Amino acid sequence: MTLAGRRRTHGALALAGIAALTLAACGSSKSSTGNAGNATPTTSAKSSSGSTQTLKVGFFGALTGPDAQLGINIKNGAQLAVTQYDASNPPVKVELDPFDSQGNPAQANNGAQKMINDKVVAVIGPAFSGESATADPIFETAQIPSVSASATAVKLAQNGWKYFHRVVAADDAQGPGDADYLVKVLKDTKVAAIDDSSTYGEGLANAVRSQVSADGASVVLSDHINPNGQDYGASVNKVIAAHADAVFFGGYYDAAGRLVNQLRAAGYTGTFMSGDGSEDQRFVSDAGGAPAEGSYLSCPCADTTSSTNPAAQAFVSAYRAAFGTPPEIYSAEAYDAAGVVLAAIKAGNTTGPTINSWLASNSYQGITKTIKFQPDGNIVGSTIYIYKVENGKIVQIATTS
Amino acid sequence: MSLHSFVAEFWPSTVDGLVLGSIYALFALGYTMVYGVLKLINFAHSEVFMVGTMAVLAVLTVLHVHTPPGGFILVGLLLVCVLVAMAASGFTAVLLERVAYRPLRRRGASRLAALISAIGASFALQEVFGIYYTRNATEMTAIMGNSVVFTLGAARVTSDDLLVIITGVVMMVALERLVATTKFGRGIRAVAQDPETATLMGVNLDRIILYTFLIGGLMAGVAATLFDVHYHQTRYDVGQLPGLKAFTAAVLGGIGNLRGALVGGLVIGLLEFYGASVFGSQWRDPVVFIVLVLVLLVRPTGILGESLARARA
Repeated sequence: MTLAGRRRTHGALALAGIAALTLAACGSSKSSTGNAGNATPTTSAKSSSGSTQTLKVGFFGALTGPDAQLGINIKNGAQLAVTQYDASNPPVKVELDPFDSQGNPAQANNGAQKMINDKVVAVIGPAFSGESATADPIFETAQIPSVSASATAVKLAQNGWKYFHRVVAADDAQGPGDADYLVKVLKDTKVAAIDDSSTYGEGLANAVRSQVSADGASVVLSDHINPNGQDYGASVNKVIAAHADAVFFGGYYDAAGRLVNQLRAAGYTGTFMSGDGSEDQRFVSDAGGAPAEGSYLSCPCADTTSSTNPAAQAFVSAYRAAFGTPPEIYSAEAYDAAGVVLAAIKAGNTTGPTINSWLASNSYQGITKTIKFQPDGNIVGSTIYIYKVENGKIVQIATTS
Repeated sequence: MSLHSFVAEFWPSTVDGLVLGSIYALFALGYTMVYGVLKLINFAHSEVFMVGTMAVLAVLTVLHVHTPPGGFILVGLLLVCVLVAMAASGFTAVLLERVAYRPLRRRGASRLAALISAIGASFALQEVFGIYYTRNATEMTAIMGNSVVFTLGAARVTSDDLLVIITGVVMMVALERLVATTKFGRGIRAVAQDPETATLMGVNLDRIILYTFLIGGLMAGVAATLFDVHYHQTRYDVGQLPGLKAFTAAVLGGIGNLRGALVGGLVIGLLEFYGASVFGSQWRDPVVFIVLVLVLLVRPTGILGESLARARA
């Protein structure tokens, strides 16, 4: 997800806050890493075999702030993979070194420097596309491979970066998948595509617009709303006047919730669909429950809780045991992102460049899919999962690829 | 650009525009009265509104309202909501005056200092709710249901649409009469005209200023209730965008002018929807501000002029 354009609080205050936090972080990071270094790895290394090497793998994402839930889901997934790996008594142990970016691109530079100072050999993340755009070039120069579980902006793979990887399909795979589902499966012929004018939302909606036309259906309305607005009446009037039988919304769950609520209140009875930015239980609550019922959502992320794959089921129960909640959006992808890095380390690679070349030439069987990277860092294959709101719950109903 | 869609969406746009415009008008009163009396733009007024929306949410939560009630229970519930919201918003407005503005005024600080204080208070109130409550939008029960009373062209006019428009206009007219005809209103007008002379004539300046904030807050509470009834959702920064529009409405109508707030609010509400129907939703805000600039070029003091002081009985 691209959360770059999402900051809705005022710039000046945010900047002052960042400055303060940055100072605080600089002051405390040295002592805290020192303590952590003394506490866990040294003791665990001593108790294992003669070789006492412990590598650090970074986590980069929001752990506090408005978008924290996604970051926490990812960190937990990665943490579980690392814990399980260390429990298998490997010759080289791994420690997860988290950085809380607050999902704020302005923090990303600082975070990338922390990762370099902490001498991490790989990074799980950055979680969002906005912060990835800032941090990834720094990792590229420092030769630290990054594997993101959730950054889906198309342009990230178009910079010629050698150290960038992601285990989910990009937005240009999701849009066409969504359009195909609307036109070919749901048989909708008049699609209204609305977006929130953000890089992510508009990009996704544009992909839907062109694929809907390519599939022989018509885009009867293209509209752009303000994600911070409360009133989408103008768009709703347009949808009704255009007699659309499907509405696709490119944007995030809070605006999506309001939009579907106001559409249903105005008597719209057609299909409503949105992308991974809305694939969150809050979409249902923001819509006020009933209006969200029957809505379709798509995501390059898999729902492992309903999977029949034994490895995925084992992951779900281990995750529950470790964190007390079922894995949520992008937790399983993070488990796989960490898994592929750990596989590289297990194969005897202990530096950024060697891990990176292992990632470039090997494939890894994850719990969500087989992970094999293209030279640009994108994953091979573009599986999109379709979800539907049924009885107030978001359930996976189909897969497109 | 599409005139066809303007025609197709004309009636729905008109109804929605009047609903939103009525909320803007009530909201704009707080800006316009405080400006008229103090020449201060009370930027924290958007948070006075936000507190009102939160108060309604609290009422619905405490009373466990999960389905739209009917008949007398609905009337009672609406009354409880509006009274609690008015109390909360009024209290917030008065608190702001006491904490953020009066100390500065007592020390003779410049208007700029008060303006910065207003911006600071706005952030502070927002963050209090953002940090201690939630930054996510909270959905609440649609207490009026969604019953269509009649249709107007393609527009479905619902009971809450009517409630918002009627309440908005009635409250505005009542307040205008209050300021224009009562002794208390004369005090407000006197202070707006010339605070020093008014003080010499026996007007208690601090009290008039406090009441001005209180009235602005009470009206914001009514606006907040109507907003919740219509949109049934709130968030810690819910006041920001409508606040900006309400302030614009005040300027467009003529800042300091109560009738101007009503005219400005309705004009902006309609412009937003007409603009969006012709140019697309992404243009609803630009259209408003383009028209604002054009109007101010022709009439620098707004449509009805700046005249809280000159309001006549």
